[in-house]
This record gives sequence, structure tokens and C-alpha cells, in this order.
Amino acid sequence: MTRPEIRHDVRITDTTLRDGSHAQAHQFTEEQVRDTVRALDRAGVEVIEVTHGDGLGGSTFNYGFSRTDELRLIAAAREEARTARIAVLLVPGIGTADDLRRAHDAGAEVVRVATHCTEADVSPQHFGVARELGMETVGFLMMAHRTPPEDLAKQARIMVDAGCQCPYVTDSAGALLMHEARARFEALIAEVGDEAWVGYHGHQNLSFGVANSVIAAEVGVKEIDGSLCALGAGSGNSPTEVLAAVFDRLGVSTGLDVVALLDAAEDVVRPYLHRWPKMDRNAIVQGWAGVYSSFLLHAEHAAERYKVPTHEILRRCGELGLVGGQEDMIIDVALELARAREEG
Amino acid sequence: MSAPPGTIPANRIPADRIPAAIVGPGNIGTDLLAKLARSSAIDVTAMVGVVESPGLDRARAAGIAASAEGVDWLLAQDPLPRIVFEATSARAHAANAPRYEAAGIRAVDLTPAHLGPMVCPAVNMPEHLDAPNVNMITCGGQATIPIVAAVSQVVDVPYAEIVASTASRSAGPGTRANIDEFTETTARAVEQVGGAARGKAIIILNPVEPPMIMRDTIFCAIPGERWDDATTTAVSASIHAMVARVQEYVPGYTLRAEPQFDPPRPEWGGRGRVATFLEVRGAGDYLPEYAGNLDIMTAAAVRVGELIAQELAGATLAAERSRAIDTGVPA
Repeated sequence: MTRPEIRHDVRITDTTLRDGSHAQAHQFTEEQVRDTVRALDRAGVEVIEVTHGDGLGGSTFNYGFSRTDELRLIAAAREEARTARIAVLLVPGIGTADDLRRAHDAGAEVVRVATHCTEADVSPQHFGVARELGMETVGFLMMAHRTPPEDLAKQARIMVDAGCQCPYVTDSAGALLMHEARARFEALIAEVGDEAWVGYHGHQNLSFGVANSVIAAEVGVKEIDGSLCALGAGSGNSPTEVLAAVFDRLGVSTGLDVVALLDAAEDVVRPYLHRWPKMDRNAIVQGWAGVYSSFLLHAEHAAERYKVPTHEILRRCGELGLVGGQEDMIIDVALELARAREEG
Repeated sequence: MSAPPGTIPANRIPADRIPAAIVGPGNIGTDLLAKLARSSAIDVTAMVGVVESPGLDRARAAGIAASAEGVDWLLAQDPLPRIVFEATSARAHAANAPRYEAAGIRAVDLTPAHLGPMVCPAVNMPEHLDAPNVNMITCGGQATIPIVAAVSQVVDVPYAEIVASTASRSAGPGTRANIDEFTETTARAVEQVGGAARGKAIIILNPVEPPMIMRDTIFCAIPGERWDDATTTAVSASIHAMVARVQEYVPGYTLRAEPQFDPPRPEWGGRGRVATFLEVRGAGDYLPEYAGNLDIMTAAAVRVGELIAQELAGATLAAERSRAIDTGVPA
């Protein structure tokens, strides 16, 4: 298997329409998706991710139902993209190979298969199907702060051996400090050599998304994620428009048009934001305590329903070591905290 | 020592217990053996593998005839077991199942082979007592389907969704290599056995240390037009009653909180929702307590086996009675 061609120093994948789905409570409309894809495509973004925030099949009670079927959104995105390719997220255990086949039929050409950072051995089934479909493959090792660099590299190896062309250090909690991020990038690059690229997906909970992206580019990470207006879970992702501006100043080529991205963020995305992701108390607690970023809105809802503070719920989620996908446990934690308050 | 090594001593089969064999001497098979040792309905007479293994040694140490010569050996025994618990793989069970059936042996299938009807002892076992082969669905299915069934006994469930969280250490290579098999089978069983019009299943593996005890959450949609206090009260009572039924065979099956009711919302298609939060702590027989996902499979399989054994014993009794009537001798 070969690495995909990367035409610039780094390739930015925009996940406004996937990770941003968390911040929008999965309420994207077809029109918003079309407008955003057009603007990203015009600005030179080569890969645009469009899926429910929790990946294919994520439209559920547990994660929130999509307002518009994701397959319709994927097909709409595919129609609008002139040169960009459409990526989808697949979390084994939530979505299935059949979901991937349907997404491929709808026009997806890249798949990002995501597992918790220690559970890569649930992904080979889906990488196998993706390769059969002729899709480009990315592997997300989520909550990458939860395992040491050398162990993360072993997990990346499992994915690469299964057909993954680019394992990612996926900092789902926005918890990686700069030296921790660097150690993971270097460990993965050393492990996969020239068999695959290495990627980085950042969150801004501790404000390190862009800084870690700079380190990533310095050490040889080739694929880096961003979102317009940082639209993503928690306090959002590394903003695509900031990454473009910073890499331009650094002389790291991305093929992106900075002005066009600034326009896209300001004129296309900002008007439809439910909320501009920010580093408020709750989001900072997520980075600090290492909590999966998409827990934020669910914790806010549970806090309101059960009259306990959001940040206390999130801290408890961190103490329990919950992983991505365990959104149901947020209600359980809120109930437990509410009982403790009653008894206390 | 009367019997040669590898054969089932006839004197180990009490008249009132049905002889059974376990095929597959791994962790699941060993835990089954520990649970069946307490059964008053079943007597395990054999443990079968295809290579010598610690599981076979454990069975021998427990005084059970054990062989590494596979089903060929088992089917050469006299008398034959009347029930086989299969804890191998889907492929192995697909090969073995026709041979069990030809020999008149009932099969309780813990693999993903799905040759027979999917059964959950608290929900639909009586319907399948005469099936030659029954399948134990999945661990998440055994834990969650009783709750879906409890709700659908009270009110139509247009959609049910289950989330099973298990300790990474309790998810074996088979589950990991084909995790879609879990989600798809469980979703189908939520519909066919649980009674939901549409089912969805999610599984999460969590590596936290110490290992987390299995947790399951069940979300059931409730039609908006049926949303009232009478319905929610009845649903809650039905869930509590079902938990008590499952506790008969899985004592560590407990509600983490009262069922949570959320009124109809437009984004839920005008439906309301009941959420049930379960913890499944294993009995710690052979498998560790946290592995409630595996324990509920073996415990449910034992329960199913016992129901089949009672049925077989009853059929034997009925046959003897009818023979007795034929000969004019009072039974």
C-alpha cells in the first residue's frame, strides 16, 4: 500500500461539517453544508469531512439525532466540491461497514476510522472494507493523551498494517501539552516510517490546537485538521483560517488561500453558529481533566435537567476515565451528583 | 478408577439430572462449567477441545472427562450428552451443529453462528423449548433486551437503542475482529426479541484501570400519544419486574437509578423517552467480576440449558407415563 500524494508541506483537512456537528447539536441543514463546502473548496481545501459528529450511524438518542440525514449531506457536499474530496468519520461500535458502503455510494472518497487510543484492533475490519472500496484511509487514535507515546505508536502500527494510510494523534480532549504532543508525533513517525503519513487533530480546550499544529509540521506530520471558526466539540478545533495564516507566515506551504478562508469563516460559518466555541470554564475543565470534548453539550443538558453544575459533571467524567462514545454515562454521573447533593 | 481415560463414567450421571457437555474449553467454557456445577437440572459429563489446553486440565481437575479430540470423541461416547453448550467459534459451531442435531443433542450456542432462534431466558425462552438449536445473541443483547421487552410489554416501542460499555480486558479477539457482528446482531435482536420496531446497538470498550464493571444503557422511544403518568408508571413497574426476573440468574444485574423519563420532543419525532441505566456485575465464578458482559452470557446459557433440561426430563416422564398406560401399569 502506498501513501497518498501530498502536494504541499502539510495537507489541511477541514472538519467544520463533522466535528462542528457536535457544536451545532447535529442540526446542520443541507444549505449550510453546500455553502460551507463551496467556500472551503474555493479556498483550496483538499479534504472536507462531512458526517454526524460521532461518525456514520451516530444519529441516536445517545449522541443526538441529525436534523438532516448524513447521507444527504454527504451527497450534497460531493455535488458542491469541484476539487476537494469528501471524507467521513466511522467509529467502529457505532457505525458499521454497511454504513461506510452507503457513504461511499453517496460520494465519500476518504474514510477516517476512529478508535480509542488503545483499541485499534477493532478497526481492521473497516480498513479492509475501505480499501476494497478504493477509499483513502485515515486512522483516528482518539483521546491520545490517555496512552504513552510508545504505546500509541504500537496502536498506529495495528492500523497501518490493516490498511490505514495515515494514523492520527487525535487529541479529543484538547489535553496534550506541547511536549506531550511532540513526543507522540515523533513516536508515530518513527513507527510508520515511509509506510504511512502521520496526522494531528487538535482541540482548543487548553489553547494548544494551533501551537501543537506548528510543532506537528516541524517534526514531519503531514495531515492536520482544522475547523472554520474553530467549530467543533468542546472549545472547538484548531481554526482552519488561523492554521492557514500561521503556516503562511512560517513559510509552510498548504495550498490554502488565507483570505478566502477568512471570508469563509466570517461570511459563511459565523452567521449560522449556534455558539462560537470558546474557552469557558466547562471547556477548560475538559482539557484539564482530559474529558472527551463532545461531552460538553450533553453535560450542559444533564446539568440543567438534574440541577448540578456542568463542570462538576465533566470533572467526574474525567475521574471515571470515560472514553469517547460513553455519553450515556453523563446522565448517570449527573444522577449520582444530584443524589449526593440531596444526601449532603 | 473404573472408566478408561477420556470416557464418561456412567455412574457420574444421576438419574434426575440431564447429562450435558461443554464444547470449547476457553474462559467462557470454564465459567460455564463452574456455574453448571451448581445446577440441579444439569450434570456436565464432558469438556471438549481440539488441542490440549489449560481449560481441559481445569475440567479434569474438577473431575470431568475431558478430551482434546473434538466432537468426534464426544459423539463416540455412550451414553451421549443430551445438551451441548458450544463456546467455540461461529465457524466451528456451524460445522458441529448438524452432527449434534443428527445425534439428537440439543445445542445451546454461545457463538455468533446464529443457526437457531435468538433466545433471552427472561423474555422468549418458553417459545423455543423444543428448538434443536438456540443462540444466545450477544452479551450486550442478554443485558439489554429484557429492558426493551419490559417496555414493549406496556407500550409500542417504535425505536430502541442500547449502549453497552465493557472493560477492554473483557473483549476478546473474536469480538474485536468483527465488532459489526455485535452491533448488527444486537440491533436485530432488540427488534426481534425485544419487540422494538427499530433497534440500534452501540458498543464501547473502555481500558480504564481498575477495569470498569459492565454498564448498559437502554433508551426506548415512547409514542407521544401514549405519554402520560399512567404509561410511565406502568413502564417503570414493568422494568423493575424484569430486573427482578433477570436477577434470578444474574444476581449482579442492578439498576443504577430509577428509569428516567423525558417527555416528547420535536427532535425526537414527537416521541418521549425512557432511559434505563444498568450495571452488570459478574458472579466471579471463573471470570472476574467486572466481566459482567461475559458472565451474563454464561449465566443466561445455563438458565436456557436448565429450562431445556426440565423440558427433556418432563418429556421423558411423559413418555414413561404413556408407556405405563399402554401396559396398564399405573405410573
